Amino acid sequence: MRHHDIVIVGGGPAGLAAAVAAKKAGITDILILERDNVLGGILNQCIHNGFGLHTFKEELTGPEYAARYIARVEEEQIPYCLNTIVADITRDRQVTYINREEGLVTIRAGAVILAMGCRERPRGALNTPGYRPAGIYSAGTAQRLMNIEGYLVGKEAVILGSGDIGLIMARRMTLEGAKVKAVAEIMPYSGGLKRNIVQCLDDYGIPLKLSHTVVNIHGKDRLTGVTIAEVDANRNPIPGTEEYYSCDTLLLSVGLIPENELSKGAGISLNRVTSGPNVNDRLETEAEGIYACGNVLHVHDLVDFVSQEAALAGQNAAEYVMGQNAAQAAGHTIPLVAADGVRYTVPQFLETAGMRDSVTVRFRVADVYKDRYISVYYDDKRISRTKKKVLAPGEMEQVVLTKKSLTEYPQTERITIRTEVE
Amino acid sequence: MNSQRYEVDVAVIGGGVIGCAIARELSRYDLRVCLLERTEDVCSGTSKANSAIIHAGYDAASGSLMAKMNVEGNRMMDRLAADLDIPFRRNGSMVLCFSEEDMPGLQELYVRGVTNGVPGLRIISGDEARQMEPNLTDAVAAALYAPTGGIVCPFNMTVALAENACENGVEFRFLTEVTEIQKYGEGYELTVREAEVSETGADRTITARFVVNAAGVYADRFHNMVSRRRISITPRRGTYCLLDREAGGHVDRTIFQLPGKYGKGVLVTPTIHGNLLIGPTAADIGDKEGTYTTAEELAEVTAKSARGVKDIPYRQVITSFAGLRAHEAGHEFILGEPEDAPGFFDAAGIESPGLSSAPAIGVYLAQMIARKAGASMKEHFIATRKGIPHVAAMDRESRAALIAKRPDYGTIVCRCENVSEGEIADSIRRPLGARSLDGIKRRVRQGMGRCQAGFCTPRTMEILSRETGIPMEKICKNQPGSEMITGGV
Amino acid sequence: MEVREMICINCPMGCPLTVTMNGDRITVTGNTCPRGADYAKKEVLSPTRIVTSSVRVNGGTIARVSVKTKTDIPKGKIFDVMKEIRAARVDAPVKMGDVVIEDCAGTGVEVIATKSVARA
Repeated sequence: MRHHDIVIVGGGPAGLAAAVAAKKAGITDILILERDNVLGGILNQCIHNGFGLHTFKEELTGPEYAARYIARVEEEQIPYCLNTIVADITRDRQVTYINREEGLVTIRAGAVILAMGCRERPRGALNTPGYRPAGIYSAGTAQRLMNIEGYLVGKEAVILGSGDIGLIMARRMTLEGAKVKAVAEIMPYSGGLKRNIVQCLDDYGIPLKLSHTVVNIHGKDRLTGVTIAEVDANRNPIPGTEEYYSCDTLLLSVGLIPENELSKGAGISLNRVTSGPNVNDRLETEAEGIYACGNVLHVHDLVDFVSQEAALAGQNAAEYVMGQNAAQAAGHTIPLVAADGVRYTVPQFLETAGMRDSVTVRFRVADVYKDRYISVYYDDKRISRTKKKVLAPGEMEQVVLTKKSLTEYPQTERITIRTEVE
Repeated sequence: MNSQRYEVDVAVIGGGVIGCAIARELSRYDLRVCLLERTEDVCSGTSKANSAIIHAGYDAASGSLMAKMNVEGNRMMDRLAADLDIPFRRNGSMVLCFSEEDMPGLQELYVRGVTNGVPGLRIISGDEARQMEPNLTDAVAAALYAPTGGIVCPFNMTVALAENACENGVEFRFLTEVTEIQKYGEGYELTVREAEVSETGADRTITARFVVNAAGVYADRFHNMVSRRRISITPRRGTYCLLDREAGGHVDRTIFQLPGKYGKGVLVTPTIHGNLLIGPTAADIGDKEGTYTTAEELAEVTAKSARGVKDIPYRQVITSFAGLRAHEAGHEFILGEPEDAPGFFDAAGIESPGLSSAPAIGVYLAQMIARKAGASMKEHFIATRKGIPHVAAMDRESRAALIAKRPDYGTIVCRCENVSEGEIADSIRRPLGARSLDGIKRRVRQGMGRCQAGFCTPRTMEILSRETGIPMEKICKNQPGSEMITGGV
Repeated sequence: MEVREMICINCPMGCPLTVTMNGDRITVTGNTCPRGADYAKKEVLSPTRIVTSSVRVNGGTIARVSVKTKTDIPKGKIFDVMKEIRAARVDAPVKMGDVVIEDCAGTGVEVIATKSVARA
């Protein structure tokens, strides 16, 4: 059986950054497996700007951001297969892939990096009543049709959900001459970035209807309209608030789900909140030598953080392959606990033995909070807190844990990240 | 038979499972058969939105056509599935009874089943039922167990019947709507509107010695064009929720509820493709196109399903849909010629157990027509048909060999259901190939999975356009009017 | 004196800014970095945006190439810029950074390709 030191599943932003970092750490035998016919993943269709402010200190479009990493993969001559689907990953790191040139191939990997990204929640998951006509797209599908294939999906649109892709598509459709009549968001706040509400909706006078949802879909062949209603605190439609919007297109931007079918196939259990694998501070899943990063681990708001996280996964996988796996050294495992408005943390565990000098813990909050602290507790002892003017579920937050502080509390059994009013 | 004056010997109206089953059986005979379908594909009406189960046959009143066709159809399924290469599994079914006072009802069902000729029926205790199906609720007091109940893919079944009929000479005309039927000699003249040929909707006529009315919810309209003995078909809407494959193993058998003091329940069943299906509701409506779901009916599906089966992971719903059963007032299949319309053969009022009965109805009506026509059996009837290979389900060697021969079987387009470009191309290239995205979906399950065609839609549109020459702007979800895009950027 | 509330769109932080205009004097509060203040001043005096879209490619491996205005353009010119972008055609090969439109809609700003497209 063929062997590769590191096999990376997915050639999007996470996979590319992981590959570059693994190479830099000293591994040359890397293979990236990508299902599409180009590298870059979802960035290829994200032709808007706003990427890379953290990584490159300049504002790039999606394709430009991807191109920088692709160029490095090419320079480093890291091998990749395109149009290749991974069919199966086993816990002992056998990876089976399929493509038209090679057929069905199983390889053994020294380490595997999961970087499959995520998918959009479809209409079916919402159980929205009505007909099932043409003209209902998840926002990302419409984005691909417009930006890669060059087709207009409709002339009059309503967008359900204020996730970033939905907001971006509201502007995109408007620029291409379509009329976007409203964006309905079931929550009392938007799930997207504030800047996107300003420059995608406000700029074009598109109303954002918070606490509203689509309650009926009209039209048997092609969509002819939707009914939108206000919802109460329990997200149930309020009778009498229904409003009809005629439209030929309904875009859904109602959430992203990490694509973990392969992880599950490898017997890796998933976190209930993130829908991604539980990982330790080295981003290693419960299956030894299998790492996860990017949107397959948890849905990110910014690609810059994906790149950072993936680079860490790449470096850790490289160290594992080179036998520098410090986890075998003496140490103990400390669970990270999300509490009081913090929905989850990534990583979920910290292993003191292999811990780097600092570990970035990423998380999201459960609601919109104003003037709150984000606090870190080692057991019952508050170690740090940071004041935040605004916290919102649409935006990822982070705290940094240092090895130094942890050595001061060697008996720590639990690290808790919480929000605090006082 | 002197049939020269007719364009065809038999015109079958309707390309659902019933029309296709009849057409296939007719194709055993020396007859010129034409099937007329209003939409762009077979299996676009009631046949595409139902419980996808093969009933054992204890439900229908003993001595009824429903009972006879159901039991016979069920018996025929193994052979049919083997001949036509369609997936079918006898997973068995249970009818749940929730209280002592409903026990006589369960007993009655058992007796009826035995009278109808259903083999292997048993009444089992609640505990035995739970042993067989651990996710049944504690409320289950007893159950009728029917080992012959089965699950099937209604799309595959209808397409397979149609393809086999086509191979045996039946002509299929799609986007052809019958608007009028008049007496013509011994036979009939059908006025049709062909959507594709003329956008102005100019009418054409077809003459046929015999007509088969397999028009589902519209069967009353055609019947009443030729017969004064009126029938009336009420669309009875049934709403369903389909759950992710991950939930597919929640029950192994098809779980019904005995109609009792809590009303008529809904079923919970695995599908042949490994999803979990719950439903249907039953709402009589006036609109023969009213295949929409409502919030109330969706809520009813979940509420009722929970009574018999616990812990159904409703969060795993990937889609919901509604189908219309063609309910006739007499609640009985109407099969054969009305007294005042010889040569016109009804297959009307085909509601549940219509799918289960389809194979038997096909034989029953085809024999009736052949006898009347004096037609003889063809010498070279092709009884078998090979389906499109599902590459992902193959063993490693066969799959590798197939990809070596046809590399497009190695390019996965729909990753949720693992459908390759080769399979999608096949679904378009075959006789009666798909002409719409729904047509592809029904043949090879592209887009049927958990992302509901989010990823594969653009690529599938491209393949359909490439294979058929239909410009992208004209690619439809199903029939004309359901175009996917509105033009170029 | 006029007071305007706005959200800074420079980066994903989205700081809530308060701009106070007192004749020629503009003061900004709520920003966490100097770019916020710059943005707010610009936004009240002459708001600008970067426009991104795509342009049809003749003879390329893909049908369209993504483009952007090289710098921000006046907000009021967005649809004029789009009109020219929609009318534009470019022949493959296209290299990332290539100028697709020289002076777009009289803004003096170039529209450039944001990806490379090889010849088919």
